[in-house]
Amino acid sequence: MGRKLDPARKEKRGPGRKARKQRGAEVELARFLPPEAEPGRRKLSSHGRRRAAKRRRVAGEEPRGGRQPGVKEQVSPLKKILPQKVVAQLPRGQSGFSDGNSKWLTPVKAKKIQSEDNNVELSSDGEEEESIWEMEEEEDGSSEEMVDDYGASSSEEEELLPIEKAALKQKSDRGGLSEDDSEEEEVAEEASRQKKGQKEEESVDLQLNLDVDEQFRLPTDEQIEKETAEPLDLHIIHQRIKGNMEVLQNFGVKREEGRTRQEYLALLRRDMAAYYSYSDFLLKKLMDIFPLPELINFLEANEVPRPVTIRTNTLKTRRRDLAQALINRGVNLDPLGKWSKTGLVIYDSSVPIGATPEYLAGHYMLQGASSLLPVMALAPQENERILDMCCAPGGKTSYIAQLMKNTGMILANDSNAERLRSVVGNLHRLGVTNAVVSNCDGRQFPKVLGGFDRVLLDAPCSGTGVISKDPAVKTSKDEKDILRCAHLQKELILSAIDSVNAASETGGYIVYCTCSITVEENEWVVDYALKKRNVRLVATGLNFGKEGFTRFKDRRFHPSLKSTRRFYPHTHNMDGFFIAKFKKFSNAIPKAQKDEEPAVEAASPLPVPDTIVEPQSKKKKLEGSKVAKGQKKPQSALKKRRSLQAQHRPVKAGRPSPRMLCARVPTRKKSRMNQNEQ
Amino acid sequence: MAPSLRACSSAGRSGSSSEKMAIGENIQLLVDRPDGTYCFRLHRDRVYYVSEKLLKVATSVPRDSLVALGTCFGKFTKTQKFRLSVTALDFLAPYAKYKVWVKPGSEQSFLYGNHVLKSGLGRITENTAQYQGVVVYSMADVPLGFGVAAKSTQDCRKVDPMAIVVFHQADVGEYVRSEDTLT
Repeated sequence: MGRKLDPARKEKRGPGRKARKQRGAEVELARFLPPEAEPGRRKLSSHGRRRAAKRRRVAGEEPRGGRQPGVKEQVSPLKKILPQKVVAQLPRGQSGFSDGNSKWLTPVKAKKIQSEDNNVELSSDGEEEESIWEMEEEEDGSSEEMVDDYGASSSEEEELLPIEKAALKQKSDRGGLSEDDSEEEEVAEEASRQKKGQKEEESVDLQLNLDVDEQFRLPTDEQIEKETAEPLDLHIIHQRIKGNMEVLQNFGVKREEGRTRQEYLALLRRDMAAYYSYSDFLLKKLMDIFPLPELINFLEANEVPRPVTIRTNTLKTRRRDLAQALINRGVNLDPLGKWSKTGLVIYDSSVPIGATPEYLAGHYMLQGASSLLPVMALAPQENERILDMCCAPGGKTSYIAQLMKNTGMILANDSNAERLRSVVGNLHRLGVTNAVVSNCDGRQFPKVLGGFDRVLLDAPCSGTGVISKDPAVKTSKDEKDILRCAHLQKELILSAIDSVNAASETGGYIVYCTCSITVEENEWVVDYALKKRNVRLVATGLNFGKEGFTRFKDRRFHPSLKSTRRFYPHTHNMDGFFIAKFKKFSNAIPKAQKDEEPAVEAASPLPVPDTIVEPQSKKKKLEGSKVAKGQKKPQSALKKRRSLQAQHRPVKAGRPSPRMLCARVPTRKKSRMNQNEQ
Repeated sequence: MAPSLRACSSAGRSGSSSEKMAIGENIQLLVDRPDGTYCFRLHRDRVYYVSEKLLKVATSVPRDSLVALGTCFGKFTKTQKFRLSVTALDFLAPYAKYKVWVKPGSEQSFLYGNHVLKSGLGRITENTAQYQGVVVYSMADVPLGFGVAAKSTQDCRKVDPMAIVVFHQADVGEYVRSEDTLT
C-alpha cells in the first residue's frame, strides 16, 4: 500500500526552502575578493573550471555531425534538467549530449555567465543550476572517483575556495602567528602548490613562510622595563606565551645562544601570571604537575565555567520522568554519560533551574558532575551506617541516602554551623529520612561515635580544582595555606579511618576525596594514611580518570596509589577532583616504631552500636585474651596461649589420679597403665 | 539528654492543632509503620519524626552538636503554639482528607507565599468545612503545601473570582525563600 523505498533509484530534489532566501556567496565574496585579472572572465569554481576545460577540449576536436534535424526548438533550457546522462556511454572526445537536442540545449555554463554578468540577483537561480549540475555530475560519475580535468583527483588535498584564500591572506596580514596557525598554513601551502591556475596565491603563502621562521627572542631588560611602565597589552603577552612555548618544546633547536631554559621558563611564568591572573606560587605548582601544552589547556579551561549538571532524586522520581517534565518547561538537557544513571547536563534553559516546581518538590539536586564520583566509589549498601564527615551543602549525603533507599543510618557532620542550614534544607527537600545532622569537628570523631560501616571524607581543601567556580583561588593561596590544608586533611583522614569498623560484614571502606589537584593535599595525605594505619588502597570502581601519581619530584609514594583517580577540567570537563578508596583490614592501630609487627588480628564484632567505642589502643590488650574462633592470631598471642595451656595441662592430668603431679605426658600414660594394672 | 528529647504524646499534639491539621486522627498511622516504630521527639523546640533505630544513634551525639534528625515536622512558638512546617509535607500529604488543587497559572503565586484566589482554584474536596486544614496540590498531583480553607466548598462556588479561598500556611517555595529559618 505504501511507497516502497527503492535505494537504487535516487530521488531528485530541487533547491531547498532556504535557497531563495540567501543572497548567495557571490555577493559576499565580491566584497573582499581581489579584482579579477581578466575583467571579462569571471572566476570559476572547481565545477566551472572542469566544464570550461571540457568545452575547450571539445572545441578543439571536430564539431559533431549527424545531429538529427527537426527537433523542436525550445526556449529557456535554464529550468530544464538535462534529459540524458550519457557521458559514460559516449565515445571518447565527445561532449555531454549526443542526442538531437544540441541546437536548443546549450550548455548551462554560457547562460550562467550571462546571468552573472547581468544582475547579481539571479545568483540564486545560478545556484539552483549549480546544484542541479552538481547532482548530475554526481549521477554521472558517482561510480568512479571524481577526477579533475587537470588530472588531480578532487578527493586529494582540499582545494581552497576563494573565500578560504582570502581568509588566509587576512590571517597573514594580522601578523600574529601561532604554532597551530603555522601548521595549518603549511598544509594549506602544500595544497595550493598542487593546484595549477592559482599561482598568484603562492607568493602570498611564501611570504607567510618567512614570517614563521622568525626567531622568538627573549625581551631585553629595557623592553621589560617599558612593559612594566605601560599598561598591559594582553595580545602581545599572549603571542609571547605562544612563541615561548614553541621554543621550549623544541629547545635544542630554537633556543637563543647564551640563554638558559630557566630564563625562558621564568618569562613564561611571568607572562602566564599576567595573562591569566595567577600568583607566581600557584603557577610554579601547576607547572610541576602538568607538562607545558597541557598546562595551557588547564588554564584555559579554568576561565570557562563547567556545564550545569543535576542529579535526579530517585527517592521521588525517575530520570526519564524528570527529563520529560523539565523539557516541557523549556529546558535543554541530556543524560550525563554512560557512567551515571541519575545525572543530567543542562545546556540552556528558559526557566531558572534552581526554582522550578520540580526542584522545590525535591525531584532533583543541583550538583557538579565530579561530586557524583566519590559516592559512586563509596557504593553504600542498604542498612549500613555511614558517616559523612564534611557534608555541607548536602549533595553527597543525599546521594548516599538515595542509594541506600532511606534505610540504615547516615550521620551527616560538618564543623560549620551556618552551612549546616543548607544541609538540613536540602535533606528535607529531597525527602531524606535516615539522616542525623550534627555539628562537630571532624577530628573528634571516633570519640563521638564510631563503628561505622563506611565513611566519606570530602576534606576541606585549597580548591585549586574549582578555579572556574571561584577565581579568587588564583591569587589567594600560598604555601602556608596548602600546608595548613594538608595538615588538617591528615588529621581528618586518621579520624575517619578510626571511625570505621574493619570487621563490618559489608563495609570497612573509607573514601577520601578533595576538589584540589595539588599533590600535597592528595597523594601525600593518602600515603601518610597508608603508613599510619592498617588500611590499603583498593580500586575505586571508576573506569575513567587519570591515575594518581606514584612519584612526584623527589617524593616516592606507595605503588598502590595507581588505583586513585584524578580528574581535570580540561580533560573530563568536570571540576578538578581526586578520589582514593581505602579498605581497613584491622581495627588495631600500629605503633609508631617500625620494628614492631602490626597486629593482624581482626577485632571481635563490636557490641550494639549505641555504646561509645573506646580508644583503640586500650582495646588491644583485651583482644589478646579473648580470641574468637576462625580468626588469625599473631605469633606472640599464640605463644602466650600455648604456654598457658601447657600450664593448665598438669592440673587437668592430675584430676583422674591424685598421685600424679608430674607435668610430663609419658608419666601420665604410665600412671594410667599403673591404674589399669591395679 | 533526656529533658531535651521528650516524647510528645499524640494527645499533646492534638490539643489545638489536630483538628486544624489536615490529617485529623491519622497520627496513629504515622507512628506504627511496617518498617519499625517511629516516634516524635522534641529537640530545641522543634518536633522531629524519627525511627527508633535512628533515635538510638542520635543519643550519642552531644546535645549541643545535634542539629537535626530524621524529618522536622514543625516547631513550638514562644507562646507554645504548634506551627506545622512544610518539611512535613511528604508525610502528611498521603493522609490528607481535604485537598485543594490549584490551576497552573496560580501555582507560582502560591509558591511565592500568596493566598489562593477563586480564579486559581481548580478542584476542592467535597464538604470541606470553613477553616479546615487542607493540603494544596498542583494539577499534576504534586503536593505544594498546606493551607486553611477560607470558605467551605458550597461557599467557594458562590463567591466572586477575586476572593480568597485558601489561606496560605506553608509551601515548598520556602525551601528556597527561607532556607535559613528551616533550622
